Amino acid sequence: MTETIASRADVIVLGGGPAGMCAASAAARAGSDSLLIDENSQGGGQVYRAPPAAFAETSPGAFGPDHAIGASLRLALADSGARTAFGCRAWSVSRDVGGAGFRVDVCDDNGLKAWRAPALVVATGATERVLPFPGWTLPGVHGLAAATVMLKAQKLLPGERVAVAGCGPLLLAVAAGIAKAGGKVAGVIDLASVSDWLRVLPGALSRPDLLARGAAWVAGIAAAGTPYLRRHAVTAALGDDRVSAIALSPVAADGTVDRASQPLRIDCDALVIGHGLVPNCDVTRILGATHRYAPADGGWIAVRDGDMRTSIPGLYMAGDGGGISGAAAAALQGELAGLAAARDLGALAAQRHLDLAAPLRRRLGRAMRFGRAMAGLMVERPGLVASIPAETPVCRCEDVTRAEIDQAVAEGAREVNQVKAWTRCGMGPCQGRMCGDTVAAVVARLVGGRSAAGAFTARVPLRPVPTAQLIGSFDYADIPIPRPAPL
Amino acid sequence: MTTVLDVAVVGAGINGATAALFLARGGMRVALLDRGQICRQASGVNAGTLTMQMTRRALIPFALEAHAMWASAAEWLGHDVGVVVCDGLSLAFTDGEAQLLSERVAARREAGAPIDLVDGKRAQAIEPGVSDKVLLAGHCKVDGYANAYLTGLAFRRALEREGVAIMENRPVTGADRAQGAWALLTPEGTIRAKRVVLAGGVWLEDMASWFGCAIPIKVLINQLAVTERMPVAMRTVLGIASGLLSLKQYPHGTVVIGGGWQGLGDRVAGPRAVIPENLVGNVRLACHAVPALERSRIVRAWLGLEAETADALPAVGALPGVEDVAMVGSIHSGYTSGLSIARHFARWLLGAPLHPGIAAFDPARLVVRPGAR
Repeated sequence: MTETIASRADVIVLGGGPAGMCAASAAARAGSDSLLIDENSQGGGQVYRAPPAAFAETSPGAFGPDHAIGASLRLALADSGARTAFGCRAWSVSRDVGGAGFRVDVCDDNGLKAWRAPALVVATGATERVLPFPGWTLPGVHGLAAATVMLKAQKLLPGERVAVAGCGPLLLAVAAGIAKAGGKVAGVIDLASVSDWLRVLPGALSRPDLLARGAAWVAGIAAAGTPYLRRHAVTAALGDDRVSAIALSPVAADGTVDRASQPLRIDCDALVIGHGLVPNCDVTRILGATHRYAPADGGWIAVRDGDMRTSIPGLYMAGDGGGISGAAAAALQGELAGLAAARDLGALAAQRHLDLAAPLRRRLGRAMRFGRAMAGLMVERPGLVASIPAETPVCRCEDVTRAEIDQAVAEGAREVNQVKAWTRCGMGPCQGRMCGDTVAAVVARLVGGRSAAGAFTARVPLRPVPTAQLIGSFDYADIPIPRPAPL
Repeated sequence: MTTVLDVAVVGAGINGATAALFLARGGMRVALLDRGQICRQASGVNAGTLTMQMTRRALIPFALEAHAMWASAAEWLGHDVGVVVCDGLSLAFTDGEAQLLSERVAARREAGAPIDLVDGKRAQAIEPGVSDKVLLAGHCKVDGYANAYLTGLAFRRALEREGVAIMENRPVTGADRAQGAWALLTPEGTIRAKRVVLAGGVWLEDMASWFGCAIPIKVLINQLAVTERMPVAMRTVLGIASGLLSLKQYPHGTVVIGGGWQGLGDRVAGPRAVIPENLVGNVRLACHAVPALERSRIVRAWLGLEAETADALPAVGALPGVEDVAMVGSIHSGYTSGLSIARHFARWLLGAPLHPGIAAFDPARLVVRPGAR
């Protein structure tokens, strides 16, 4: 009989990227019993993802500067005394009934477990925005961020001739990563122009090291003779059973596709494409924290103070989940959240907290300037949303097209959950995690903005849970069936 | 001087929407108000079950009538709600459940539900997906399910065609009596009507209080869950003797798991949180009934608010001591029976004698402090 085992901590941290690792470390060093939960086998998140142990490091620095930072964060976490639960899927978050604080339900191969803590740091990062275009559901089309996982975790190339498209720093990082791993980049297709990049230069100057790395990526792409198309968008992925070419057109600054000009064509066997990052705030939304729509931050974000406190006492949000600002800022926000949690729990004296937090705030300011500059390249482009063709599926799980969403609004639906009920968009296995932002953007154009359009209601489970894992082994007699309904 | 409507219906779930539709068809000028949108609470998020085997004995005649209405929705409503008519089984796995089932089947049969008792082997022949642990089952050929989330769209289209003034996102905050009509107060102005119908589900208690009537309504927070699309695992509607399971697979492949396991929430804050143990218990029960469900994934759990009166029977009829105000609601398993009860209620408002079965649901029996206005 597998039963829910309950355990306690002072601080639970959800998510093992830079924000989560630093939050758990900081809280533990400050004297709180902290627990980090992540479904991956090691800490690191997306940017600082640890390579599998099988990929032996052949020379120092072979994995680049990100790997070194990730390794030092993992070391700091191990030294801090924080507890960790890796390989563990958090499927439910709730306010703890009959006690102050929070409850996080997890499952893994050992069964179900419920963790309780008076403080919860949410460090769930971002999800990728991919605006639909004809053919985006073809095999061989991947997200940009997904491509980084392939490269880092599996040393896998998306294809032999890979087109890299979208916007933001990931575009360059992935193109460079593919080239370094021995792949051929068929072309880089950037929504931004040179002047868009120059506009973010002042902010980027706050991190000359990262700026130099970006410049080296651009130089490498140019040196390889790879076509670099600026102010262009992929308008179609072409192919029968998988992508074999892409069509491109010039776009305006707001992303509006110029349909008048002759589309270009690039042959490729894979397309990796991403249109920016969207804060993942499912957890804070389920728990009922106050949120606001902040396009420059990537979308809906939890309202928080300088110590990462949300509107709910004991609930903190650190890293990209609270607004896109990059890995360096995420680490510092995590540390601030961990310290604030320890202080709010009484483990850290107020003055000591101020002394520790002050230098972090200064460093965070600098990191945010860089992160926000990059985020500026990844904001949603309304013209690109407006250019989604009517017959293109927006919800790929349930095959709901742009036209069907428009039709629901024309029939009187006024916000996205009503559109969902009428069309099934967002009801598939991804539960709108892939299409939700796009559906809201499409509806927002028709109902007067994002706040009116709303967002799909966030619900548990946080990820699809294999039913067998959820139920474990049980005896029928032990199911606590409630008393019979009245006859 | 604003227009005075014949009837203002407050609450746009299936009871309010059905009443508004038939009142409009009867020639009345009708407005349908809701603080949210049509059928977005219990009427849009319930498990869609249309079964006799979870219906209260006193509601069986109405459930049978409503089942036929759901099955023919395309004709009288004008729009399909994804209704599938199929066999239903209520299962018993233990001797205690078998005893409970026998009693309940007998009572429901007496009330007119065509339910037969069958053994486990026969149950498996009717539903090959069902577990071999079934001892006894209630078998009913009048069963089925709807796609509850489509209810709002179907009613909206029908109501628009009948000329009902649909006023969504229009919370009513109170009522005043002036010049022989009711004035419903809303932030966007006053709605005047000769008569008012309260159809607010769990909010009936608040609505009655606008008129000085105290009718306690208990709030059930029902949890539901759905799997991802999966290969065909079942073709019938399944429940258990105690009524604490409802299970069906939609044509698109998802399986909805319900049965009234409780979550957290209340009438003011709405649904608040799924109780993990109750979700696990509900899903275990589902997998015990249909073992193939173990090979799916649960993608979503959600909550719906169900109203229950002190005697768990509906509140249908005039508000005692209050002129020209009536209510319809708090119907147990109301998605199954609401259509027919709300239609009888509308016919009564249009001048027909009240159906004798419904007269028993007079709200007067539920009042703890009589009307003051």
